[in-house]
Amino acid sequence: MLTHLPVLIVLGPLLAAPLVAVMRGGRWPWAIATLVTWFSFLCSMLLLAHVANYGVFSYALGGWEPPWGIEYRVDLANALLLLLITGLASVILPYARLSIRQEVGDDKAPLFYSAQLLQMLGLCGITVTGDAFNVFVFLEISSLATYALIAMGRDRKALTSSFSYLVMGTIGATFYLIGIGFLYVMTGTLNMADLAERLPEIQDSATVRTAFAFIVTGIALKLALFPLHLWLPNAYTYAPSAVTAFMGATATKVAVYVLIRFIFTVFGAPFSFGQEPLAEVLIPLAIIGLLSASSVSVAQPNIKRMLAYSSVAQIGYIVLGIAMGTAMGLTAALLHMFNHGLMKGALFMTLGAVAYRMGGTNLDQMRGLARTMPLTFWAFVFGGLSLIGVPLTVGFVSKWYLIMAAVELGWWPVVAVIVVGSMLAVIYIGRVVEAGWFQEPDNPERKEAPMSLLIPVWILIAANLYFGIDTRLTVDIAEAAAVQLMAGGNAP
Amino acid sequence: MISANTAMILTMVVPSLGAIAIALLGRWPNIREAATMITAVTLFGLVIRVLLGLNGGEFIYVEAVQLFPGVSIAFNTEPLSILFAMIASGLWIVTSVYAVGYMRGAGEKHQTRFYVCFAIALAAAMGVAFSANLLTLFIFYEVLTLSTYPLVTHKGDAKAKAGGRTYLGILMTASIVFFLPAIIWTYVAAGTLEFTQGGILAGNLAAGSATLLLFLFLFGVGKGAIMPFHRWLPAAMVAPTPVSALLHAVAVVKAGVFTITKVVIYIFGTDYLASVPYESLAVYLAGFTVVAASAVALRQNNIKRMLAYSTISQLSYIIMATMALAPFAEIGAVMHIAAHAFGKITLFFVAGAIYVAAKKSEISQLDGIGLRMPYTMTAFAIGALSMIGVPPTAGFVSKWFIIAGAFQLDNYFVLMVLILSTALNAGYFLPIIFRAFFKPESEPPVKAHGEAPIPMVLALGTTATLTLLFFFFNGPLLDLELTLIGG
Repeated sequence: MLTHLPVLIVLGPLLAAPLVAVMRGGRWPWAIATLVTWFSFLCSMLLLAHVANYGVFSYALGGWEPPWGIEYRVDLANALLLLLITGLASVILPYARLSIRQEVGDDKAPLFYSAQLLQMLGLCGITVTGDAFNVFVFLEISSLATYALIAMGRDRKALTSSFSYLVMGTIGATFYLIGIGFLYVMTGTLNMADLAERLPEIQDSATVRTAFAFIVTGIALKLALFPLHLWLPNAYTYAPSAVTAFMGATATKVAVYVLIRFIFTVFGAPFSFGQEPLAEVLIPLAIIGLLSASSVSVAQPNIKRMLAYSSVAQIGYIVLGIAMGTAMGLTAALLHMFNHGLMKGALFMTLGAVAYRMGGTNLDQMRGLARTMPLTFWAFVFGGLSLIGVPLTVGFVSKWYLIMAAVELGWWPVVAVIVVGSMLAVIYIGRVVEAGWFQEPDNPERKEAPMSLLIPVWILIAANLYFGIDTRLTVDIAEAAAVQLMAGGNAP
Repeated sequence: MISANTAMILTMVVPSLGAIAIALLGRWPNIREAATMITAVTLFGLVIRVLLGLNGGEFIYVEAVQLFPGVSIAFNTEPLSILFAMIASGLWIVTSVYAVGYMRGAGEKHQTRFYVCFAIALAAAMGVAFSANLLTLFIFYEVLTLSTYPLVTHKGDAKAKAGGRTYLGILMTASIVFFLPAIIWTYVAAGTLEFTQGGILAGNLAAGSATLLLFLFLFGVGKGAIMPFHRWLPAAMVAPTPVSALLHAVAVVKAGVFTITKVVIYIFGTDYLASVPYESLAVYLAGFTVVAASAVALRQNNIKRMLAYSTISQLSYIIMATMALAPFAEIGAVMHIAAHAFGKITLFFVAGAIYVAAKKSEISQLDGIGLRMPYTMTAFAIGALSMIGVPPTAGFVSKWFIIAGAFQLDNYFVLMVLILSTALNAGYFLPIIFRAFFKPESEPPVKAHGEAPIPMVLALGTTATLTLLFFFFNGPLLDLELTLIGG
């Protein structure tokens, strides 16, 4: 079984999804979805252990050898991301039982679980595959599932948000496809490792350079890099809480991973940074996105929307790390990819608990939360501290590496931008904490959120604190992955 | 008996466990207060054990967890650490006695939360004291800021919220924008963050960069309250007086000057720092703060605000003396960490006693109060004389050494600042003593009152006595410091 690990992660949910969709109500859809997700999590843990010990894991789908067959290729970077995706899904699914029942309704719940499985397997598939077109296939699977999931939100604006995300997302995917098409025309292959071998000879051709531009732009849209982020705030705000929690923590991270894979593995750092003006394009956009999104966050009355803009800002941090083009910068980016997933997953789930009891996530509904829902409130405080980057949380670890990468390069203005972003986080998190702590609750009779919502929240908060103190897993893997990626396409 | 290493780690564990115990015992106030006392006394005992270990030459170093490759959370002990730890833990015992009197006398709410956060703040202070490298110090420094926020905003009203915002805003800004980049820059330049004799930066930095780094640290350590990052101190006065007394006269502010002193001695190294261009600018800035803060204090009517500005001024004495880089001045700076603590805590205790007994908070209301509250106002007189630097109080000893240090290096600026600020201090403290004892009451009080509750008078009497005793018995501290300078 161990040889088939990469495909099992994807296969389990793929088989379960239609099964769950046709089930009628009751607990079965939820139970099967949760068990399948936990199975995928177990597989990704085993896979990470294997890759950490033995190096890159290459798996030929159906026994067809690459480069004609589809290859699943797992190295440290995507093993870490797989762990994040399946881990978050494993924590969010138990949480979803009550949250979805309230927000989506019992009759549509089976469709939710089915779409959730499809979304997860799509994201896992993108991460695990070594074939460029396969990425597109899984990208479409996960995106279509996401559009359906967002549309299930309570508010009517969920439909329009989903639709505009659909339009933008499809444009992004199409750009990516065009780019892949150009590469195929020039090289005759779709396998990433094979492309990495063939591209250096022809990298001066206009077609290849255009392909690079299309691919990066297409991914940048899925990544929500400024100014291609316009779909994100609405999509995150109006989707059901469990959907935002999972999507907000993973979807953009997977796009980051694809960007990294193409920049460093397929095209190679010398081409991407040397010949193409990648750093010159990414850095200004990342900085503007970081600062503008953080500033807009401060003024948002809806806390979910505030965190959505905060996510755009955090993506800016990650892209900044990538654009530095050094191993330290890449380490910081990979670290923040993982850590931010933990942070935002926890924070959005906390908001979901608030929505469960209070009916919404506006600042008004957060008033007096410290008294009415103390466990939820303190989860928000700790998640917020992690977002700010207080020591002993994962946010601090990412921030440390990011600043260190900038100092090593002597990029002092970037250091200033990073710390200003943190300061803005203090303001927008502080606003919510103040409202919860000092103000009188509207209805002092409200109760704490139910245990099945709180336990997953606190598991993620504990993860935030644990990985902020015992950084061996995340830092060692991120550093080793960065080294592997900087070495280029055909590192063993 | 336990080893010094274990004792050192327990200094952080015991207050944390104490906090949990206090939280659980909330429903039985007397037992809860007993828990605080037991924790405080145990903590002091542990610190004494570490002191004995240091004096006995035991090797004290504990590496807790490796946070990043090459940098871990680690603890050790040296003269500065043990001094800070002893002051904070010793005065916690006194403050706990005082707090019982104050919180019950003033009828404060949420008392359990108060005592819990106090214990956590002390644990953080111990972490700052015993940190072996800059990263560990930064971690506990931030924990100290966060754990004192609920204490500052204890009252929960609009003023408390506004004060809390200023407090957290300034301290977090200083930490995140200046302190953290300074630490990371140090790490990139020197390859390590360990506090080392002679510093770690010599030879690793260009001259101009060293100046910039020095000022990043100076401003980054917001708890040192050097201008213009001083406004958090008066803003924090919205807190209940026990908080102002222990934390904002002793633990938090001393954590600030402690950090600056550690950076000067163990990160830069006094020899290397002397070669950093424009280092004297730091002396000028601190000197300016000394005088400016005293001038502002002169114009305050609210007792606690006046004491807050006095604290800002006294902290910059320490910073200025440290930056003057003369051996006697270094000794004076470290002495002043102790001397100011004893004097200032007495003054804050008095402010709280007056509030509880007479419901007064303004200086203009203090006419004739010395006759109703003789013990309290005598203690105030002793504390005030210590601030001015008159024998036989603690303040005289440290001032003596700082002046000696100024003469050592012919630093006339420092001398002028000391003379001017002594005059200013006299200008705002002496009139209070005078009007308390020698002016008749402007109007009889609403309710006749005598001294404050016994626990409070006991506490302020103890610290006033310590202020006097320090004048006579500062030998051990001097010996401790000579090892610091000699090393």
